[in-house]
Amino acid sequence: MDPQTLIFLFFIFVLSIFLGVELISKVPSTLHTPLMSGSNAISGITLIGALVSAGTPHNQISTLLGTLAVVFATINVIGGYLVTDRMLAMFKKKAPGDKK
Amino acid sequence: MNPAIIINITYIVSVVLFAIGLKMLSSPASARKGNLVSALGMLLAVIATLLTKGLTFQWILVGIVVGSLIGVAAAYFVAMTAMPEMVALLNGSGGLASVLVAWAVYHFAPNSDIFTTITIFLSVLVGGVTFTGSVIAWAKLSEKISGKPFLFAGQKIVNFLILGAILVCGIIYTMHPAANYPIFIGTVILSLILGVLAVVPIGGGDMPVVISLLNSYSGIAACFTGFVIQNTVLIVAGSLVGASGIILTQIMCKAMNRSLTNVLFSGFGSAVQKKGTAVQGEIKPITPQDAYLILEAASSVVFVPGYGMAVAQAQHVVRELGELLEANGADVKYAVHPVAGRMPGHMNVLLAEANVPYDHLVDMDQINSNIASVDVALVIGANDVVNPAARHDEASPIYGMPIINVDQAKTVFVLKRSMRPGFAGIENELFYKENTRMLFGDAKESVQGLVAEFKSS
Repeated sequence: MDPQTLIFLFFIFVLSIFLGVELISKVPSTLHTPLMSGSNAISGITLIGALVSAGTPHNQISTLLGTLAVVFATINVIGGYLVTDRMLAMFKKKAPGDKK
Repeated sequence: MNPAIIINITYIVSVVLFAIGLKMLSSPASARKGNLVSALGMLLAVIATLLTKGLTFQWILVGIVVGSLIGVAAAYFVAMTAMPEMVALLNGSGGLASVLVAWAVYHFAPNSDIFTTITIFLSVLVGGVTFTGSVIAWAKLSEKISGKPFLFAGQKIVNFLILGAILVCGIIYTMHPAANYPIFIGTVILSLILGVLAVVPIGGGDMPVVISLLNSYSGIAACFTGFVIQNTVLIVAGSLVGASGIILTQIMCKAMNRSLTNVLFSGFGSAVQKKGTAVQGEIKPITPQDAYLILEAASSVVFVPGYGMAVAQAQHVVRELGELLEANGADVKYAVHPVAGRMPGHMNVLLAEANVPYDHLVDMDQINSNIASVDVALVIGANDVVNPAARHDEASPIYGMPIINVDQAKTVFVLKRSMRPGFAGIENELFYKENTRMLFGDAKESVQGLVAEFKSS
């Protein structure tokens, strides 16, 4: 990585932090748990790096590490989104007629 | 078109979808769709990445299938009361994935330039701490190990020595990355140890802060991994999560009137530093029959749930009692303190699970502004967050912490298993107040008793 690329990536990083702060400070406290699990699923974006490591045929150890990374990142993504969906499905405005 | 360009355009779309998805989380009405929008962003990013030239798919497929099976099973079988544990484990797996990706990159290209090497090091450090820290948090939350702070003499010194050792390893390693594979492995191991040592001194009741912070770390780890592989979508998504975790951490610290350093290093609730002023007065127990008579006459009732409600799994009977009170003409609200439970928003999820409509949930400031007009405040498994000592007793360890002022309601019922003090280990003078009645017993059984009284009349 040359210094220019680093500066460019850092630029994106700084602006994203600001974007994140703006977006998240508007989330009401009622939704803090789904926010955590949902944002957690987003942090599973590491999956993208893991896919490249697992799929690029360099050597066995890199492939092994990459595959393990795919496993854990996928747990993070799939588990995170599904459990968030399960929680958010329960947030209802009016109590419905049918009860569980 | 060049696949690299298609991939990058798709990444921009993904990032926009993540941002929109998070924005839609700002209202319960749009939140579920927001989560789907964000998931769609993830799906697009994954598909785009699979277009990368020269990939072989057999191991990718193995990884995705195994990970999906575990993820789906975990998401469907976890109980809502165990959500803090689930989030802790998800944080941990994200952190571990960052360590593994950075390691894999280092392994096939050990002789990278200095910037890449530094980011590999940071990725491993933050990812490693996130992983073991989350595992310890999970073990504490699920009571696999004691939730009490674990302290030993010179703990801080040991932690700083380890951090110092990691930094030294980092410097040696970044100087000559290719020649220092053992140093790299040492960094991985030391980071894992640091994660354990950083979380063991923190008590169970401080877990909302720890989980928020680890959530932030998992984002920051993803972000550093983005620097390692020079991938913008990782940097943006990772920073969004990092920012989210930091904001939640701040909210939690504020709600406890403590600084982050205090939470992380003090082992709060372990040392018997100051006990606060001794409490005078008499405990007045009440039977469910008498409690029913007062509730029956009440026109405004507020439930104040705490971790005890989660432990007793009492949320469904609480909702049932709430509906009976409403049918009886009372105005029913649920007041949730920001640090009630073991993670931010924990109580809200449990009440939502029990079908309590979210417009019945109110936060601390809303309820405190008209608490004096409340006829009955029912405190279910909450303790320190309703202790009036926080307002006036400067000697109390929780002095200055914002609380729900239930003592100013006309009548307070406290549902409690015994007189054991709460997490902070301090007496609660609320229990001795003139207008307080104690309803002893398991929270679920007590509420069931009240429900039975209502039904039989």
